[in-house]
Amino acid sequence: MIAEILVWSILVAQILLVLAMGCAVYRMLKGPRAQDRVLGLDTLYVNATMLLLTFGIRTASILYFEAALIIALLGFVSTAALAKFLMRGEVIE
Amino acid sequence: MTHLAEVPAWVALLTALFLLIGAGLTLIGSFGLLRFDTFYARIHAPTLGSTLGVGFVLIASMLFFTVLESRLVIHEVLITALMIVTTPITLMLLGRAALYRDRTEGNDDVPPSQATVVKPDVVIPEATGDQPPPA
Repeated sequence: MIAEILVWSILVAQILLVLAMGCAVYRMLKGPRAQDRVLGLDTLYVNATMLLLTFGIRTASILYFEAALIIALLGFVSTAALAKFLMRGEVIE
Repeated sequence: MTHLAEVPAWVALLTALFLLIGAGLTLIGSFGLLRFDTFYARIHAPTLGSTLGVGFVLIASMLFFTVLESRLVIHEVLITALMIVTTPITLMLLGRAALYRDRTEGNDDVPPSQATVVKPDVVIPEATGDQPPPA
């Protein structure tokens, strides 16, 4: 009974996170300007981190945590580089 | 799903509650990306997901793995620290880049740069009369 509650709430949390990723993807594809697309990409990275953590709880595996950590790191680097590109026109000067 | 039945009931309920709260807050924050009108309003919305949303999901993960493996599992603190440090940096960089782009294109709905503000009139403090004269 309790395990079923946990399984279903993990499933509902995953559905909510996928809906949130859909909002971010919509803003990334539709966004009127470039900074809106970068903001959507940053939100997508954060939501993907959380989705991987819920997969980790579902399968009781530590491996998903490391994938989530890598995605969080890459999200920071890519958003910083894209913001630098929007500001200056090139990333490495 | 056998491992999910191994944890005690209160841990399962707390994990489920934290997961639902975190995912719901993230969805609210990402939905703000669709609802707000300008970029400067939209940049505030997903921070709800990257602070409280990530926090609740990571607390759920820490609690679940600590009880499941009967030892202290707190390596999720790494992701928390990373998010807390990096989110303000990236969003400030992005906001300043957007402000720079709007100023160079001459949009009127952003405040002008501090260097180009012409001060119209400087108020002279002696005009009020109640201040001591400068030495």
